[in-house]
Amino acid sequence: MTKISNTDHAFSTTLAHDVIEKLVREEWGKLLASLIAQLQDFQLAEDSLQDALESALHHWQRNGLPRTPAAWLLQTGRRKAIDRLRRQANFSSKSSQIAYETQLNNLMETDSNEMALDHAPEIPDERLALIFTCCHPAIEKKSRIALTLHTLGGLTTGEIAHAFLDTQTAMAQRLVRAKRKIKHAAIPYAVPAPAQWPQRLQAVLGVIYLIFNEGYFCTNGAELVRTNLCDEALRLTKILRELKPNEPEIEGLLALILLHDSRRTTRQNQHGQIIALEDQDRTSWDKQKIIDGLDMLNMALKRKKPGPFQTQAAISAVHAEATDYGDTNWDEIVALYEHLYQLQPNPVVTLNKIVAISHAQSTSIAYDMLGEVEVSLAEYQPFYATKAEFLQNLGRIHEAEIAFLKAIDLSGEENIRLFLQQKLGKMLRNN
Amino acid sequence: MKYLALIYSAQNSGPMPGTPEFGEFMGGYQTATKTYQDDEVMLAGEALEDTSTATSIRIRNGKTETMDGPFAETKEQLGGFYLFECKNIDEAIKYAEMIPTAKYGTIEVRPIMDYSKFD
Repeated sequence: MTKISNTDHAFSTTLAHDVIEKLVREEWGKLLASLIAQLQDFQLAEDSLQDALESALHHWQRNGLPRTPAAWLLQTGRRKAIDRLRRQANFSSKSSQIAYETQLNNLMETDSNEMALDHAPEIPDERLALIFTCCHPAIEKKSRIALTLHTLGGLTTGEIAHAFLDTQTAMAQRLVRAKRKIKHAAIPYAVPAPAQWPQRLQAVLGVIYLIFNEGYFCTNGAELVRTNLCDEALRLTKILRELKPNEPEIEGLLALILLHDSRRTTRQNQHGQIIALEDQDRTSWDKQKIIDGLDMLNMALKRKKPGPFQTQAAISAVHAEATDYGDTNWDEIVALYEHLYQLQPNPVVTLNKIVAISHAQSTSIAYDMLGEVEVSLAEYQPFYATKAEFLQNLGRIHEAEIAFLKAIDLSGEENIRLFLQQKLGKMLRNN
Repeated sequence: MKYLALIYSAQNSGPMPGTPEFGEFMGGYQTATKTYQDDEVMLAGEALEDTSTATSIRIRNGKTETMDGPFAETKEQLGGFYLFECKNIDEAIKYAEMIPTAKYGTIEVRPIMDYSKFD
């Protein structure tokens, strides 16, 4: 954190505001995690930290910055929590809460003593527990994403609602419901035991990957926020790696995000229209991100503990290493999808494998394999887009048109619909 | 925390009586119940008679209406329950997973309401 002297009395409003903004960005997750660990109550912790921020704006403008703003916020947050507990009408009747308050007060005294010293007290990092709570499989899927962005990323309800094209009220209700479930169903605030670790880690990584995807497949209107989601996913993965080093699947996800992200600027033209991988300008791919991604992947693979994110990163790496689309090592991609299917047997993986086979072998072999997944992917847009392309390559234009129309019909995102319409238009003009 | 594990399954979805699988299935219940007792997490647990024996009651306009059958005719019906005392949901899920019907039906885990929060 930036250290700013507290001797400066003429501390401007905007500066206090800027410092708070920066603190919220960088320290929110850490502060909130620490408060939740002490209070064992999500909502109370969040409300109290919010109170502390308001208080900070007021005090810092008047008195300048404290030596350690984060510690100041944490301590004030605890005091605000006590205030809130006191205001609860029934408080005095409950001896357990009095004991609890005393405990909190003691904690605060320790902190005040430490704050008098020159060194900032180290805020214990409870974020790992917080990530696992937010991504607990007992919480509804979309709520896990929202909760993670809200608590660890410090995104406001409005920002999250905007990114997910949801109303602010709906998003606020979703967050309240999730926090209520955490409290009433006693979803633990803890890092899972080693026996649960692999499965629970996949749930956490899955949430972060979904955040990245939301940002990566950005649509009209919300582009800026959605790009921020990519950065947020990258930041969360880096934090996770910091909290739990030497974990190959975390490294695998980081590699995957970096490799995908290296193509961020080339996968759309200036009008926001999608550019397919085969048509992208590979010279504009972010070389540094590719190098970092490949390094990260190699580090993960050396640990000899394979997992789905490492495998997906390896697939992305094959694309990153090819100088052009025709030069891609499709045989390797087919093999990697087969490996991925062993780890994650689902029809979408099979569909991707079939696409790779169309390049590695032939369209007609690949087309014959589509039957394997036809039933399970009956409502899946990419299935029909793939089928349409195969049929087009096989010269079966009329059937291809039907498949294109079905794919267009199933696309939820405007720019994907546009992309498919253009493909269809081009096919019809040329035939 | 108390958790109720509600055991739902469709009729005839599990192994049929008389088959070796059925013996294994019932054995699974014995093993699970024994584990719960040994770990001292089981407060209660019962199997219910078939839904064809269910009677539903409601009072409308002050009059009791009694009807044959369960409240809702759904594919998966409530067939039994366990009441657990657990530290948190992770522990409750761990015990609920041991219920043999989890392989054929669905186990719903619900926290028992804590009235002290209204004090």
